[in-house]
Amino acid sequence: MSSAEATRADVCALAVAECFRSDGEIMVSAMGTTPSLGARLAKATFAPELLMTDGFNLLLRRALPLGAKPTDQDVEGWMPFGAVFETLWWGRRHVMMGASQIDQFGNQNIACIGRWERPKAQLLGVRGAPGNTINHVTSYWVPNHNPRALVAEVDMVSGVGYDRAAALGPESSRFHEIRRVVTNLGVFDFNTPDHRMRLVSLHPGVELQQVIDNTGFELVIPDRVDITPVPTPEVVGVLRELDPQGYAQKEVVV
Amino acid sequence: MNDKRMTVDQAVAEVTDGMTIGIGGWGSRRKPMAFVRALVRKGVKDLTVVSYGGPDIGILCATGQLKKAVYGFVSLDSIPLEPLFRKARQNGTLEAVELDEGMFLLGLRAAAQRLPFLATRVGLGSEVLKINPHLKTVKSPYEDGEELVAVPALNVDIAFIHMNRADALGNGQALGRDPYFDNIFCMAAKKAFMSCEKIVPTEQLTSGGPLQSLLINRMMVSGVVEAPGGAHFTECPPDYGRDEKFQREYAATAKDEQAWEVFRTKYLEASEADYQKAVAS
Repeated sequence: MSSAEATRADVCALAVAECFRSDGEIMVSAMGTTPSLGARLAKATFAPELLMTDGFNLLLRRALPLGAKPTDQDVEGWMPFGAVFETLWWGRRHVMMGASQIDQFGNQNIACIGRWERPKAQLLGVRGAPGNTINHVTSYWVPNHNPRALVAEVDMVSGVGYDRAAALGPESSRFHEIRRVVTNLGVFDFNTPDHRMRLVSLHPGVELQQVIDNTGFELVIPDRVDITPVPTPEVVGVLRELDPQGYAQKEVVV
Repeated sequence: MNDKRMTVDQAVAEVTDGMTIGIGGWGSRRKPMAFVRALVRKGVKDLTVVSYGGPDIGILCATGQLKKAVYGFVSLDSIPLEPLFRKARQNGTLEAVELDEGMFLLGLRAAAQRLPFLATRVGLGSEVLKINPHLKTVKSPYEDGEELVAVPALNVDIAFIHMNRADALGNGQALGRDPYFDNIFCMAAKKAFMSCEKIVPTEQLTSGGPLQSLLINRMMVSGVVEAPGGAHFTECPPDYGRDEKFQREYAATAKDEQAWEVFRTKYLEASEADYQKAVAS
């Protein structure tokens, strides 16, 4: 991958990075390949103030390439799991998780397919999704946008969506925010009166109808739909440095 | 003073059918696997395991000794979902209490502090409350009146942990970069047993690592076992990393009954010494 021409995966990585633009001095936890790459792009370019770990327990002062081992000089702090829990309960964190299923209000499922009591497919389990979503900002990444992933109803609510947060009342839901959903087809948010998912932008080359056909619920389509920004050659260069093996190129379905 | 050295089998002799066992470590990291193997040899049944789960839960699922698993997740790390656990869940052979990862810690802490519960926002709005009908909420008695989840104490009969170093008295040292929650597991349990890579004289503990690595003090444990390779095939840095090849071999047994029988006979029915010999060759 030496070409400076931006691919769909590059567009996705930049869209992920943009999710963290205004976060300030908080910890970003990005689960999975494209989220990790996007978060590193943000830190390497416009948001050096973000705190990030090596995926284990070291806080790193600079964005390393995917798969690179940090040296002692890269370390700025210690973040074992106990400290991760304290940080997330404190709220100084923005997580980007995957979603096996997500609905129009942003309820997310990573737990299982079918009835939880005896699942057809056991997935990861709820992991930290309930605690993350009720305590701090969350975004989602879906590498293969299709009607089985963007569904009318998820099989088990792991991450809390806006309708369920609203039902808890203003006290309990005051730290709940789903910032954005980035998929291989576009960028989505919940900036609508009733917090239904809205199309923000289509990635270059994606037709509106393609998104509608691949979404299992009715999306809010505003009058104006943007095209997701394409990374400049300079940013593409940074992405190539951060992902020399091209892992993200393999993850994103075109 | 009280020399607490013993063998894994002597420690596990205290486990009886139906007990609730706490297992330290995290996923496929610094798991007290020598104790888990001893539990398999002993053949105790109807166990409840409380764990940030990894192959401990997977193995006890496959041997049919596990009645109930209480977990924040069950993962092999490099293999995100524990395949033997997955199989048990999909076959409906396991009673499961699935908690949010942080909620699980609060339950352990409640037990360690001898409280009935600890309050948290975690779980509100999610279906963790639906799949765990035993979880209840409480209302803050203060002006805010906020509704919170009361995470019940995860009380444990016997806890097992694995450390890098320990002395004969039960002071334990975690030399890796993450202590996980092994000290809380010990305090949540009526009794706890610690294995370690090496038993050293007490005065060598402070020269072996920073003070902060002395995670376990001797109040917390009733027995100490020297079990080199006792966390194998999970990682135990800086002593050794995860045996990924072995872990893949283990994971593959979920799809092949015959492979599981071979694995079980070769690795789980042998003594700990024979196990270590078998994996070294």
